[in-house]
Parts: sequence; structure tokens; C-alpha cells
Amino acid sequence: MNELDALFHGFAIALTWYNIGMMVIGIVLGIIIGVLPGLGGPNGVAILLPLTFTMQPTSAIIMLSCIYWGSLFAGAITSVLFNIPGETHSVATTFDGYPLAQQGRAGEALTASFTGSFFGALVAVLLITFLAPLVAKFALKFGPPEFFAVFLLTFCSFVGTGKDPFKTIISMMLGFGLAAVGMDTVSGELRMTFGWSELLRGIDFLIVVIGLFGLGEILLSMEDGLAFEGKSAKINTRVVLETWKKLPKYWLTLIRSAAIGCWMGITPGGATAASFMGYGIAKRFSPNRDKFGTGQLEGVIAPETAAHASGTAALLPMLALGIPGSATAAVLLGGLMVWGLQPGPLLFVEQKDFVWGLIASMYLSNIAGLIIVLSTVPLFAAILRIPFAIIAPVIIVVCAIGAYTVHSAMLDIWFMLLFGIAGYVLKKLDYPLAPLVLSLVLGDRAEAAFRQTMMGSKGGLGVFWSNGLVGTITTLALLMLFWPLLAFAWRKLRRSLGGDADSAA
Amino acid sequence: MEQKQDSPAGGGLSHSAAEAIASLAIIAIGVVMIVSNYKIGAGWASDGPQSGYFPLRIGVILCFASLVVLLKSLFGKQHEQGVFVTWQRLKPVLLVLLPTAMFVLAIKFLGIYVAAALFIAAFMRVMDKSIWWKILLVSIGVNALLFWMFEIQFKVPLPKGPLEALFGY
Amino acid sequence: MGLPIYKFFNNVCLRPLSGALLACAIATPALADWEPTKTVEIIVPAGAGGAADQMARTIQGIVVKHQLMKQPIMVINKSGASGAEGIMDVKDAKGDPHKLMAAFSAIYTLPVAVNLPFNWRDLNPVAMIALDEFLLWVNAETPYKTPKEYLAAVKAAPPETFKMGGTGSKREDQIITVALDKVAGTKFIYIPYKSGAEAATQLVGKHIDSNVNNPSENIAQWRAGEVRALCVFSAQHMVYKDKITANQSWADIPTCKESGVDVEYQMLRGFFIPSGTTKDQVAFYVDLLKKVAATPEWKDYLAKQALKDVFLTGPDFVKFLEKDEAFHNKLMNEAGFAHKE
Repeated sequence: MNELDALFHGFAIALTWYNIGMMVIGIVLGIIIGVLPGLGGPNGVAILLPLTFTMQPTSAIIMLSCIYWGSLFAGAITSVLFNIPGETHSVATTFDGYPLAQQGRAGEALTASFTGSFFGALVAVLLITFLAPLVAKFALKFGPPEFFAVFLLTFCSFVGTGKDPFKTIISMMLGFGLAAVGMDTVSGELRMTFGWSELLRGIDFLIVVIGLFGLGEILLSMEDGLAFEGKSAKINTRVVLETWKKLPKYWLTLIRSAAIGCWMGITPGGATAASFMGYGIAKRFSPNRDKFGTGQLEGVIAPETAAHASGTAALLPMLALGIPGSATAAVLLGGLMVWGLQPGPLLFVEQKDFVWGLIASMYLSNIAGLIIVLSTVPLFAAILRIPFAIIAPVIIVVCAIGAYTVHSAMLDIWFMLLFGIAGYVLKKLDYPLAPLVLSLVLGDRAEAAFRQTMMGSKGGLGVFWSNGLVGTITTLALLMLFWPLLAFAWRKLRRSLGGDADSAA
Repeated sequence: MEQKQDSPAGGGLSHSAAEAIASLAIIAIGVVMIVSNYKIGAGWASDGPQSGYFPLRIGVILCFASLVVLLKSLFGKQHEQGVFVTWQRLKPVLLVLLPTAMFVLAIKFLGIYVAAALFIAAFMRVMDKSIWWKILLVSIGVNALLFWMFEIQFKVPLPKGPLEALFGY
Repeated sequence: MGLPIYKFFNNVCLRPLSGALLACAIATPALADWEPTKTVEIIVPAGAGGAADQMARTIQGIVVKHQLMKQPIMVINKSGASGAEGIMDVKDAKGDPHKLMAAFSAIYTLPVAVNLPFNWRDLNPVAMIALDEFLLWVNAETPYKTPKEYLAAVKAAPPETFKMGGTGSKREDQIITVALDKVAGTKFIYIPYKSGAEAATQLVGKHIDSNVNNPSENIAQWRAGEVRALCVFSAQHMVYKDKITANQSWADIPTCKESGVDVEYQMLRGFFIPSGTTKDQVAFYVDLLKKVAATPEWKDYLAKQALKDVFLTGPDFVKFLEKDEAFHNKLMNEAGFAHKE
């Protein structure tokens, strides 16, 4: 067991007081960054990168990766409490997390989300430890058609039957439309900027989400009278233990989401896509699928587990191939070079101490992270007790800051306001907002992958079944899309067969 | 719909009217998408779809789906008689929305911290009738914390105005 | 706000009769008449982790480590619309001496490709600190050892069989591809990716047949023996003689021209500050970058990224920019990348 030896060697490196101190500092910083909208893993790590130039590379990466873990854990906090995702990958967490908080079960939702995150990270780290070289090879198999197939699968797994299919379609198309604003990366042409240079950069997904969910929510609660519901959140440690007791019931969701997350992190589809796919698939196959969106623990666990697994697994292609699986991994990659390490296939051979020190620290820091975030649950749940008249303006201010920091642009705050109003109106009219967000996040990436594929195949669609891998994913996606129809047909068929059998008997 | 329970005495925008207005607005968005993407080329070139190919079709779908929603809202079976929002209930919404708009406008001139302090103070004063020291504590305290966090610790520059310039920021 | 005080201080220092001249000169060796009064932002019109970003962060690290500046310095990525976001941000910050833009050839190509209302003359040039090289890379498992062999194979195949990957559309990588097509009579399919890193992996995974990445974008795969460098699009060999792979150094790679493929392309890595800033302010940053360029860390960085060590400032830099701009305009127009309306 070569890996085990190496891992224990890694533990010996990571387990110094100095490195453990770095871990705790990193996680706490990461939590702060994760809670503040607009400050995310990538810029948090980038901001602190220069501080580490004089440090030992191993200690430096331990601290920076801990910031990343902290932000992955903490992205769920504001999603659950205020319906404002602190990180892009926690949008799907709002769908069931916020309703739970409204029912006074914020502590439960947070505990479930943190524990799910931890589980996802653990699976991903195990994967990195024992299967790194094998898995890295798999990542290389992904070209444009495979990427498109993965995005298609995400869409198809998420498209549920809403109340009004036309409104679902409208919502999704609005998202695609918003995603298309700005420069088209494939042709380098400008779309729907109307000669306005402020629109060049496009409309960032975070701004839309902060407006639709954050501000929109405040407007809705204003209408219902001045209160956030769920003031009576239970906030003691018993909640944690009680929630843990419920979790084993969701073992299938946990494992499925962790697998989705690992896969999306390696390929790299990203944590955001992973969280949506995790949520979508959990919803599709859950016996309680109709109750999703009304406050199901499963609906919190599924996206968070997938997001954290994906965020962790994203480090694997970075270490083994030199390709970043996520934006934060990209910044860490830059850090490796500044520290004088050359990421890539030789890193595992040449820098054993560094690689295994980092991998060992992933185990330790995720345990430390879980303990730290769980102990903050009462603290964050207590925020809900602050009177609405105080917390509402503060949230609006934080929303404005979050919108501004995305591009340092004043116009984005106005956009946020506009989307706040749109969110209020659309929600009152029963338009589902999740499809809008999903297509906004993945729309241009899916389109780019599709067009890159078409360039290569000279317009032939057969390329999506040109090899086993892409063919399987595409077929799976189409199966997902027509699942309700197929299930219906299957039931019909079985009934008629059963009927035949009866009549024959 | 919760609005149905409201006494009709309040009056207000009917649900189907709101539905119709929203779908008309979405149709307008769809038309803009179709026109602007038609201009940049929306065909299928030799190397696959052109820039406008997908957005144009998305615009078409948007228009079509909205049209259905519009027709349903006007003539549909589930013709909603309920009230979308009563003027009474709209008032508190506007009471948040308008100050927020003013806050955003003020950022340009005062910087985000001063504007936010004023906004929070005004909000607390009007909504909660809080006592003055509580107002001062929260409005200034929160912004001092934000300033310390963003400008000093994380070095993320936010819009600043004359007051910050006075201190050399 | 602090500006008048600095002015006063420096005026005292500059007075020739003052006995304190020497002391002052040692304290501020460049005698810059201006110093930043608040945090300096390096605007990077590219994503975090990319080549431009790494350079900016390396400079940031050097400035902090050697305490080359009193005020803090930070890096801000504005990568929207292929960098147009960052470029327009600096253009609009007229008279703000606390913004430093990390520039590369997007300053010429973007205005032509998307009709961006921008010209590098809208900014104050500070200095060029390096030139980035481009190489022709193929997968190491292919039989092609020289550019001639490879391009002959491309030509022999039906047109649009071989795929060239690169960063973005209508930018440096595609310009080189079109130039190659023209010189060698080939017809590549050009596939635009989000970043050089992605183009590198796609080459290893054989989803494309070649790319024209910078050294820094492909070095990891090269060292691992997964890709092969055929030639460098430069007039001379690169200077770095340390072996990177088992038997090759950067200096061993032939130029494309001497291999019979007459295409040359190098990309500037330079810095600009907004227009409406004073000569003193430009001088401060020239001086700062000079100090940075003199540090061992910078030399080390250049060697690692295999950048060409060139330092140009003042009229020399402007002359270079004028020539480089004309060169890019010509290439862009020939390739048909110019914006049509």
C-alpha cells in the first residue's frame, strides 16, 4: 500500500503546531469570505496569496486551501438564513434551506448542510488519495463534445415538471438570454450590448441571484408584514445531534451527490453545476419529490454534498495535470508557480512532501472545518433573532456591496435593484426562479462547448455519439429529460401487461 | 393565492392584469432579442451556429411561451379574479424600494459607507421608531465593521466619497 | 490629500544648495516627485491564474517583499469580455495615478475585433517589462518532429482536418494560426478555448492536433513528455539553457523561420496608467518597475516562464507600441477579423 505510506508521511508533515495554526486561521478566514456575498473563494485566496510568498510552500498551500474549505462550508450559511447565496455554488441550497429556516429549523438545515459538505469532501479526498493517477487520466478524455454532454445532463436532470410548464420555459429562456449578453467567447462578437460598453462584461450571475433572491425576498417579507419568519430557531447543540440522527436515512442522497460532485470536479464541470445536478437528481429520484422546495433536509444535503465534493476533487486535476478544476484552483495554481513549484504530471513524483502534506491536510482541515462551522451554528442562527428593522437594511447594504464587488461597477448595483423588483413580481406570479439561475450559470458554457464541438465536427451532430463516453452521457441526459414520459409509458405498459396476464388467467 | 383572502375594499391590481403586464414585458424582451441577434447573423454557418443562432431562437421561444401565458391570463379557465397586490400591501414594499433606490443613487455621491449609514439610520427610524443611540450604534457600527473588513483587511475597494477622502482613502 | 506634503518634502530635497541633498538622494534614490498616496491597484484584464495575472502577482510579491513602495499594492482581475472590462475601466479612470494596467496584445486586437472605443494612446504608457514567446506544439505521441513535417501532413490532408486550439477568438493565437495557414498553405480548424491551460490539456487529450501556447502555458506538459515543441515564433532562439525535459532546454528549440516557416510573433507584457496623469507619476512607476526588474526574484520568474527579458520605457516604448500596433492591425485585417457593421 504505497499510498498509505505516503499518506502517513504526509500526516507527519501536516501535523505540526504551525501548520495546524495555519489551518485554523485559514478556515476562519474562509468562513468570513464565504459568508460575505461578492467575496468568494477565488478572490479570497487571491487576496491572501501575496502574504504566503515568504512562507514554506506546504504551510502556504495548507492555509490557502483551508480558506477554500472554509468558504465551501460557509457558502450555505447566508443561503439558509437569508435566501442570499454567499457563494455561487450555494444557490441550490436556498431552494430548501431557506424554507427550512422559515419554519424555524435553521439550525437543522445548517447542520445538515455542513455535515453533507464534510461527507462530500471526505469522499473526494479518499478519491484523491487512492485513485489520483487513474482519475487524472480520465479527465483528459474530456473534449468539447463531452463537456457539452455533461452540461446537457445537468440541464436535463434539473428540468422538473413545474406547476406551469410555460412559465418554467420562460424562466429558463430568460436565463439563457441574460447569459448571452456581452462578448461571445467563441466568435469574439458582441451580443445584445446595444453599443453600451458597460454591458461588454455581460450580466454576472451573482448580481442576478443577489437581486432575485436577496432583495426580492426582503420585498416579499415587507408585504407580509415586517418580519422574517423563523425567529424561534432552536439553537442549541441538541439540534446538531438530532439532525445527525436523521442523516443516515439519506445515505443514498449523500453517496449519489458525493459521486456527482467528484465527477464534476474532475472533469471539470465546477461546483455550481455539481450542486444543481445533485439537487436535480435527488429531486427526481426522491420519494418526497413533490415536497422539494418546501423545506426538505434532503434538498439541502444534496447540493451541498455535491458542491463540496466537487470543490475538493477540483484540486486533483490541478495537482496531477496542471489544469484547474475551479476558479479557486486556478488561483492556487498561480500560487504554486510563484512558490517555485511546477504543477503538472511530475508534481507527484518530484514534490512528494508537498503533495502528500496537502492531501493529509485535507483530511485534518475538513474535520477541523466541520467542528468550527458546527460550533458557529448557534451564532448564525441567533442572527435571525435580530429585529427585522435592523437586519433588513443591513442585508440590503450587504447585497449592494456584494453586487458591486463582482466587477467593481456601480451599474451592477442598479441591476441588482432591477432584478430585486423582477424577483418580487415573478415570484408573486408563480414563475419558478431556479431554471433561470441554472441556465444563466451554465448557458454560455454549454453554448460554447456546443459550438466548439460543431467547429470540430463541421456541423455534424453525430459527434455526440462518436465514442462510448460522450455517447453514454448524452443518452443518459436524454433519458433524464424524458424520464417522466418513460416512467408513465412503463407504468402503462406494465398495467396493460398485468391486465393481459389477468385476462389470460 | 393568499391575496384572495384580502377584503376587496383595499382595491388594487388584479392578478390577471399583473400576469398580462408581465408577459407583455417578457414578449418585449423576446422581440428585442430576436431583432438584435438577427442583425449579427443567426444562421448555421459552415463551422456551426453563428453568434446569434441560439439567442434568436431563445427569443422566439420566449415570445411564444409568453403569448400562451398572456392568452391564458386573459381568457383561461383559471382566470384569476384575485388581487395581485392591494395598494395597502404595496405601500410597505414601496417604503423599502424607494429608499433603497435613493441609497443606490447616494452611493455615487457619498460613497457606499456614508450612504449605507444614512440608509440604515433612516430605515430604523421610520420602521422601528428605534431610539437614537441604538440607531447611531447600528448604522455607524455596521459600516465601521464593513469598512474595516473590505478596505483594510481584504483590500477590496468599494465606492468612497468625500468623507473617506478626508481620511486619505 | 497628502500630495502637497510630499511635494514640499521633495522640493526641499531637490534644492541643490541644501547640504541635505545627499541624505535625501539616498532616501529617495530616483528623486521621483510623486509617490502614491493610497493603495495602488494593478488592473489585470485577464482571469485569475492566467499568465498576465501571475505576472502581476509576482510583481506584487516582489514590491511587498522588498518594500519598494510605502502604500499597499493589490491585484484586481477584470477579465470580462476578453479583458475589455479591465481596459475600459482604466481608460475611464482619467487622472487616477493609483491604477496600473497589465497590458498585452489585447490592447490592439480588441478595438479592431469588437469595435471597442479604445486605443492605447488613451493611456499613459509606463514600460514594457518582457516579451512573451509563442511556440508550435504537438502531442508527443504524434510522429512530427519538425514544423515542416507537421505542416506537410496538414497540407496533405483534406482542408479543415487538423485542429488548432488556442485562447479566445480573433486574438493572438488565432492570428498566428491564420499567419501559419498563409505561409504554409494549410487550412486549420481553429477552436477557441477559454484559456491557454485548457488548450494545453486538450492537446494532451488529443482533442486538438496542435496549439501555439506560450511557454508558461505548456511547460508542465512539456516536462512530463506529453507534448513536443516544434519551433518558436521568434527571430532568435530563446536564451534559457537549463534543461527542462530530459534532453531539451528552451534554447534548443529552433525558430520557425530557420525551420522554413516564416512566421514571427511575440507579445508585449507591459504596464500603462490612465491618461491625465503627470510625468512625475509615470516616472514613479517606471522607477518602481525598474527596481522590480532588477531583483533576483524577477530574473527567476522570467527564466521559469521563459519570457524574453526586455525593458523599454519612454520614447522607445512608444515607438515599439506604434510599430506593434501597425503590425497587429495589418494581421487582423488580413485575417478578416476586423469588426464589420
